[in-house]
Amino acid sequence: MDSYLVAMAVFAGLYALLALGLNVVWGMTGMINLGLVGFFGLGAYVSALLCRQTGAPIVVGIAAAALAAAGAGAAVALATARLRGDYLAIITLGFSEVVRLVASNELWLTNGTDGISGIPGPWRGRVAPQTFNVIYLAMVVLAVLAVLAVCERIRHSPYGRVLRAIRDDDQVAAVAGKRVIAFKVQAFAVSAAILGLAGALWGHYTSFIAPDVFTPLVTIYVVLALTAGGTGNNVGAVLGAALVIFLMEGTRFATGWLVGLAPVQVAALREALIGAALLVVLRVRPRGLLPEAIVPVQASR
Amino acid sequence: MPREIAQLVLNGLMAGTILAVPAIGFTAIYAVLRFPNFAIASHLTIGAFAGWLANVSLGLPAALAVGVAFAAAGVAGVVSDELILKPLRPAGALTTAIAAVALTLVLENVIRFVFGNDLRGYALPIRRDWQVAGLRIAPQQVQNFGLAIVAMTAVFLFLAFTRTGKAMRAVADNPTLASVKGIDTDRVARLTTFVAMGLAGVGGVLLGLDTSIDPLTGFRVILSVFAAAVVGGLGSIPGAVVGALTIGVGEELSLLVLAPAYRTVVGFAAILLVLTLRPRGILGERAY
Repeated sequence: MDSYLVAMAVFAGLYALLALGLNVVWGMTGMINLGLVGFFGLGAYVSALLCRQTGAPIVVGIAAAALAAAGAGAAVALATARLRGDYLAIITLGFSEVVRLVASNELWLTNGTDGISGIPGPWRGRVAPQTFNVIYLAMVVLAVLAVLAVCERIRHSPYGRVLRAIRDDDQVAAVAGKRVIAFKVQAFAVSAAILGLAGALWGHYTSFIAPDVFTPLVTIYVVLALTAGGTGNNVGAVLGAALVIFLMEGTRFATGWLVGLAPVQVAALREALIGAALLVVLRVRPRGLLPEAIVPVQASR
Repeated sequence: MPREIAQLVLNGLMAGTILAVPAIGFTAIYAVLRFPNFAIASHLTIGAFAGWLANVSLGLPAALAVGVAFAAAGVAGVVSDELILKPLRPAGALTTAIAAVALTLVLENVIRFVFGNDLRGYALPIRRDWQVAGLRIAPQQVQNFGLAIVAMTAVFLFLAFTRTGKAMRAVADNPTLASVKGIDTDRVARLTTFVAMGLAGVGGVLLGLDTSIDPLTGFRVILSVFAAAVVGGLGSIPGAVVGALTIGVGEELSLLVLAPAYRTVVGFAAILLVLTLRPRGILGERAY
């Protein structure tokens, strides 16, 4: 049971990273990313492949994952930077599907739908599994704290104010002399780097990744985490991630009491519940449990 | 080789015509309600299953199954929009888009709860392919093509000649002016959702007749639907048709150089290409 709780804490930390990453674009800059699972998956694959095929140290793999995701994020943002936000929604959704297709079909590189196993983890095999879990939890907590510090720094800096100005009205920001496109592309790259980092950490923890892990459902989990925690609020993002893990695991136990349902029905109920939870939060408490201190200006358009 | 290419182009035009049906729905909602309604994916699946029930359980022919799918997906679309998406629209197009993704997840899983993950096929007579000028063509393909053409013609006639159709175009063009002229924009929005989601449902049946259906049917084609709408010009109905034919032919021709699994990547590449070179698409108006 203890190792179960530690594992859940690790996953909560990884989801906290994802929610923090989403917050940089959606919460602070007002850009949508409905394919964040694509950047998450890209990071996981880059780090896993680098460490497994070339024997690179895990730290190098993680750094490469963040860089690769940042590059992809910059490219995606650049393609739609001049257009209305709806286009970014479509492009990001498409991007995540492309990542999944490539991961499923390039057998020579990714081993297809069978996935990659035996991804190295720090001190895995050299210490007891229990100790490995605890060490990893400490690393993830450090990563969350570091990313949280960076995100808070961004939020309170003049840079963060420009991002918020772009979110509230990008034309006003442009009139004030800010290079809106450059800011948007940078914000998206920073966000994608965090998502890629989370992906790399995921792979090194579970030691196994497959295209199945990176389904659109993950995107919904993360959007739910950020929305429930408080869009625009970094601490809220972390809190929301913990709540989502609690909800997911809670329903796992709760559905144990349901008798007479096929496993596929139980799975369907849990997925539907996550979607419904997001809809309820959007309706009842759209600004989340910890709302952003400054009320966002409603776009007049 | 030329014959092979001709065959692929023919297949692509057939597939594109079917794709055009849900693409018109997506673009129509975009034109009137100004948000990308990703719930089109789940309504496509709802239509596919409603049509399957009509066809397999009630023994109705394909043409009637299409009608049942239109009604079922249209009603599901209006009800879910009224209850869930409409109250969120004041929060902005992007928030509504997120809610639409969540709605898709819920509806898709309702279907999974009832029907499970198994693949299901329609009850169709097995018929030999026709050979025309050295090209193969399946009678079922021709029938689907015909049904898609009928559905699209009905939409065009409706928009062009009826009072309600004109009201819809007026709201798409300028909602403020339309409401000043006494058009009930709420009613137009509801009607647009009904017709658009109904068309998504028809698309679901036509796709199902071609292959088989499961709860992910809608999600699997949604990228091609977006691509058709964006390439043709988001918000333009003739554009959706042109875009769908382009994507249909492009996906088939990609088989010459790419593995079949990468068909949907063609749609994504086409979106990127169009957004880089001509963001408003082939027939669209505004993208900024």
